[in-house]
Amino acid sequence: MKAIFTKTAGLSDRPFHYCPGCTHGIIHRLIGELLEEMNLIEHTIGVAPVGCSGFCENYFTCDMIGAAHGRAVAVATGAKRARPDRFIFTYQGDGDGASIGLAETMSAAARGEKITSIFVNNCIYGMTGGQMAPTSLVGQKTSTSPYGRDAATMGYPLDLPKVLTQIEGAVYVASVSVDSPQAIKDAKKVLRKAFQVQLDGLGYSFVSILSTCPTNWGVNPVEALEWLQTKMKPHFALGELKVPATEGGSEA
Amino acid sequence: MALLMKGNEAIAEAAIQAGCRLFYGYPITPSTEIPEYMAKKMKAVGGTYLQAESEIAAIYMVYGAGAVGERVMTGTSSPGFSLMQEGLSFLFAAEIPCVIVDVMRGGPGLGGLGPTQADYFQLTKGGGHGDYHAIVLAPFSVQEMVDLTKEAFDLADYYRNLVIIAADGILGQMMEPVEFPPVAGRKLEPKTWAASGAEGRPKNNVLSYYLTPELGEAENLRWGEKMSRIKETEQRFVEYEMEDADYAFVAFGTSSRITETAVDMLREEGIKVGLYRPVTLWPFPEKGLTARLNQIKGWMSIELSAGQMVDDVKLVVNGKAPVGFYGRQGGMTPEPEEVAAAFKAQLLGGE
Amino acid sequence: MSSALTKYKFAGFGGQGVLFIGKVMAQAGMLSKQQVTWFPAYGPEMRGGTAHCSVVISTKRIGSPTVGKPDIAIVMNEASYHKFIDSVVPGGTLYVNSSMVPELPGREDIRIVRVSVNEIAHEMGEEKVANIVMLGVMQAITPTVADDVLEKALMELAGKKPELAALNARAFKAGQEYAKNLC
Repeated sequence: MKAIFTKTAGLSDRPFHYCPGCTHGIIHRLIGELLEEMNLIEHTIGVAPVGCSGFCENYFTCDMIGAAHGRAVAVATGAKRARPDRFIFTYQGDGDGASIGLAETMSAAARGEKITSIFVNNCIYGMTGGQMAPTSLVGQKTSTSPYGRDAATMGYPLDLPKVLTQIEGAVYVASVSVDSPQAIKDAKKVLRKAFQVQLDGLGYSFVSILSTCPTNWGVNPVEALEWLQTKMKPHFALGELKVPATEGGSEA
Repeated sequence: MALLMKGNEAIAEAAIQAGCRLFYGYPITPSTEIPEYMAKKMKAVGGTYLQAESEIAAIYMVYGAGAVGERVMTGTSSPGFSLMQEGLSFLFAAEIPCVIVDVMRGGPGLGGLGPTQADYFQLTKGGGHGDYHAIVLAPFSVQEMVDLTKEAFDLADYYRNLVIIAADGILGQMMEPVEFPPVAGRKLEPKTWAASGAEGRPKNNVLSYYLTPELGEAENLRWGEKMSRIKETEQRFVEYEMEDADYAFVAFGTSSRITETAVDMLREEGIKVGLYRPVTLWPFPEKGLTARLNQIKGWMSIELSAGQMVDDVKLVVNGKAPVGFYGRQGGMTPEPEEVAAAFKAQLLGGE
Repeated sequence: MSSALTKYKFAGFGGQGVLFIGKVMAQAGMLSKQQVTWFPAYGPEMRGGTAHCSVVISTKRIGSPTVGKPDIAIVMNEASYHKFIDSVVPGGTLYVNSSMVPELPGREDIRIVRVSVNEIAHEMGEEKVANIVMLGVMQAITPTVADDVLEKALMELAGKKPELAALNARAFKAGQEYAKNLC
């Protein structure tokens, strides 16, 4: 019998702990597939964040280091400088990469650190139970913005990939989603490019992936995808925002 | 052949000789010569110096490099050391070997740049969260900065524990003759636990969390057992004029140098006094001090702080003799005469 | 070798080479098999252009490397003169660069040696070695190490370029010669 679909060697057999309708699982799978397809599993050191995806070392079959909240990029920098021959990626949420770890993200980008950051943005703090994130939308109700995010006092969502395009050392910046089969295919293409940028030693590569959190948004999985499509997408720049000069992009 | 070298530079050179090829740091007075020396010298040995965006980033770069199994170091001074505290707790829990230098300066706050020993509590009692300890080594000369730095890397690897070298502005900035004799070093196991890429072996995770309280307690007990082992085997101290002493000072680092002069002055007056110098601040060298308890009629801790180590002295002396204290703060150092006078006032009833 | 322990202070503004002559002195002490320490002013003390360092040379182990009360001090500019004149121990010696320090109220209980080292160095064709001239003066009047040892130390620290080594050696000799005429 011909096998038409198998699990990827990039992921373990351990069942995900993620909530129904959460897209972390899809993103994990894309990364696992790429590690396998690009023959990277044994040459990779992944850095796990603090947050819902803080246990992702249980799923990826490469070596993993668990960082402190916000410090994944610094940990990855330390590891990459120690082992430049290794493929190093960070997996981070919006709080990790765009709030508590913002200085680390920007500085690693500025240094052109040859690592890849995968930034999963769901506009909310999932692990701690639905508090406001740096990417929460204006008006969005969370447990720490119970009357909705008020721009006058709580400011605006930070579109981190858009900001990163302004930094010379960030040579590949993309912002994608995994809300449809086509979007998932596109996300994989983008991730592959980001990985290749690191393998080619070009600089910092960063992929933002819009993601869902039905549990903390208080909606069902289908509604969550609709919320992502109708509410989130208009607020964040999407697509390949910056590509290396070799692809006709701006000189990095 | 001895060289005249600054303490900070001597530490950096000793680290390179100990096989450290990675240094991550953020410049801060009075420890800046450490990153400067590394920036200059690492290239020639194929190593890496990287200037981090902050001490927070620096300590986590150390975490990353240590987690993949390489010898790594950072160096800082008190405010920067404060910024690193969360990282120290994580390094302990993940059992990542590394060496950290704290060249202490005045505090609290931005404080001043003069020498102090006011980070003692932070160094020895765990400035970060949770039940943890770093091994803390306190050199008192530039030569000892070299010897203890080399030792520090071995201790870190041997116990899979962070090791801190506690210096101060004077030790960091001063020059003294120094030699770099070859060191045999400890026999160390290969770092099979490291997350260095799972080539031809099952994957490794280097983590600092546990999912259940049961696991958490088991881990803490295991670490506690390691701490007990270090306490048992790694206490270090040096005694000066203690054999026939009736009274004893306790002092480390720069204050021990000043106190040594005070001991000489008091001995010239016929007062039998000695100096007990802790070389490990953690583990505090209780054993040697305990061995002198029946002999010594009074103890006195001399520190460049408001009095921190004196608490540990009191715990060991446990009421068997009076324990005095004299210190200067904010970057000031006492003259030996002051130390002698304070001793007479507190322990000899003002003779 | 008059005493078992000698404390020095070398002071001036940045660029006058006071840290350097302190290092030469410490190196000479080390070559003489004595204990030595060298300790610079650092941080904000260095701002505003003043620089100074402390050197201790001793037959015994040295306690603090900081020097509050020097036995011997060199002051290369007026600000340093004001800062350190009162700190010299009674019976001590203060060397004053009179090219930079005008006649000022002094002290009766210390020896004050005034030498226009900038002029001497200028006559040699290089004003930058005024510090070395002063080192020569000091060595002639209050030596704590042998002449050849101090010269050796000077060559070890400054002698990488032959012409520079020769210039330093000449400056050192010029200082010694000048001082002999003072005595």
